[in-house]
Amino acid sequence: MSIIGVRDVSLSYFTPKQETEALRGVNMEIEPGEFISIVGPSGCGKSTLLSLISGMLKPTSGRVLIDGRETDGVSPKVGYMLQRDHLFEWRDVLSNLLVGAEIRHMDRERAARRARELLERYGLSGFAGHNPDQLSGGMRQRVALIRTLVTDPDILLLDEPFSALDYQSRLTLAEDVFRIIKDQGKTAVLVTHDISEAISMADRVLVMSKRPSSIIAAYPIRFEEGEGLSPWKKREAGKYNEYFNSIWKDLDGHAIVSR
Amino acid sequence: MGMPSSQDKRPDPSPGYSRYLKSQKRAWWGILLSRLLILAAFLGLWELAARLKWVDPLLTSQPSKLVTTFRELGFEGSLFMHTRVTATETVIGIVVSMVLGTLIAVLFWWSTYASKVLEPYMVVLNALPKVALGPIFYILLGDEYSVYGMAVAISLIVTIMMVENGFKELARTKLQLMESFGATRLQMLRMVMLPASVPNLIATLKVNVGLTLVGVIMGEFLSSKAGLGYLIIYGGQVFQMNMVMVSICMLALMSVVLYGIVNVIGSYMLKKGFHGRT
Ligand SMILES: Nc1ncnc2c1ncn2[C@@H]1O[C@H](COP(=O)(O)OP(=O)(O)OP(=O)(O)O)[C@@H](O)[C@H]1O
Ligand SMILES: [Mg+2]
Repeated sequence: MSIIGVRDVSLSYFTPKQETEALRGVNMEIEPGEFISIVGPSGCGKSTLLSLISGMLKPTSGRVLIDGRETDGVSPKVGYMLQRDHLFEWRDVLSNLLVGAEIRHMDRERAARRARELLERYGLSGFAGHNPDQLSGGMRQRVALIRTLVTDPDILLLDEPFSALDYQSRLTLAEDVFRIIKDQGKTAVLVTHDISEAISMADRVLVMSKRPSSIIAAYPIRFEEGEGLSPWKKREAGKYNEYFNSIWKDLDGHAIVSR
Repeated sequence: MGMPSSQDKRPDPSPGYSRYLKSQKRAWWGILLSRLLILAAFLGLWELAARLKWVDPLLTSQPSKLVTTFRELGFEGSLFMHTRVTATETVIGIVVSMVLGTLIAVLFWWSTYASKVLEPYMVVLNALPKVALGPIFYILLGDEYSVYGMAVAISLIVTIMMVENGFKELARTKLQLMESFGATRLQMLRMVMLPASVPNLIATLKVNVGLTLVGVIMGEFLSSKAGLGYLIIYGGQVFQMNMVMVSICMLALMSVVLYGIVNVIGSYMLKKGFHGRT
């Protein structure tokens, strides 16, 4: 059974001035353990789609299923890593990591232990007591990812998690995040503007059209070089360019901003 | 206003840098000296003008008389009593309008409905010169408590508006994460709105000190039987310029001390809230 099911979902935003139809007839099924990338033109509704999956938004029509059950409010099975890291500057790193656990009334001791473990595992062990403003951009993003992992969600939603970084740290962090997500066995949905990033991280790339948006193409990513290549290796693999060109063509006519 | 410190962490400042530090230090002493000179010149000229009868000392008072008056009023005890009354009123006024203002701002954030409904009333109350309410407070609250009425009336609306504006900014930028974890409003308030508001609350507090002082003195002018405001008005009525001047000096001193205390509290809270562990 698919862990995420989006069935014929449409969503319109209503404001006093206007009505914006963001999504129209979106369908997708995601299997447990899959890594999905979503690319699409700016403002087409990618973030909206993630908010729908997380349960922060309700679809105007259609159904969103998590583990076969229709969403009703934010699901504890879902962890959402937002575009901005949103670290609270009045808390140190460790207590930032515990924000989600605190909101969900999880056992503080256990959450703290898990947070320390994750810090250690992902090369931030000395930073539990630091303030967020003492961290680099890449470190902040990693802390934000760990904060999401502390609540132990089955599904990770990543909304352009690397867009605030320079190219170098972006590549390194993509590598780290890929490894972290794979070794935790999570299901992940990554939204990005960057086609190479989408191909190099995902098992499947979905392409969205302009607004009102739906999914216009899906590419299962398979390389002859074998399973389990790292994102870096995938960028050098044989079929990489082929995928890149097809996706680029799908997006043709849509202004893609590569930040 | 502080003096530039020459205690740099590095052991050996280059000759150019130590020359720069020295010149900075010299400049600072120059500024301090000029400040003192202005004060001395002002007092000296005032004294001289009064002694040589360029001006009528009955109307302008004179520094040497002020010292005597200060001693009389001070030893007799009433000056300090009046100062204490004004200080107490001011502190209580500040606390009341900070707490009340923050509570109302929280209410406005909690309920968009309430904030929309009450918006025009806030605008009118903000525009209204609060001094005009003096007689109402006097009749409703009596001579003692009408001072608090005036103090809170003058500082409350601005407090609400400042805190509320801070909340609006925070709600736009800092709540998304809380939403993504499915936080309740109470959790948002406790974990984000209040701690993130600390810098804004301190800024509001500083504005509040000035406004509350205006309110307290105004209130004392209108109705009170004690306090520096009362002393100033009384001194004016019995044509005792010395008393008026001494009271004003005392008031200035008290305000500076209050501002100092608020500054210390402010930087302590900032340090504790924003750079320590929670
Ligand atoms: N809260 C809202 N109220 C009204 N309209 C909204 C709201 N949020 C998004 N929209 C509109 O919905 C459309 C989709 O927005 P969304 O943020 O999902 O796009 P996106 O694909 O994530 O864009 P980007 O790539 O720039 O992040 C946009 O046209 C946007 O203006
Ligand atoms: Mg977006």
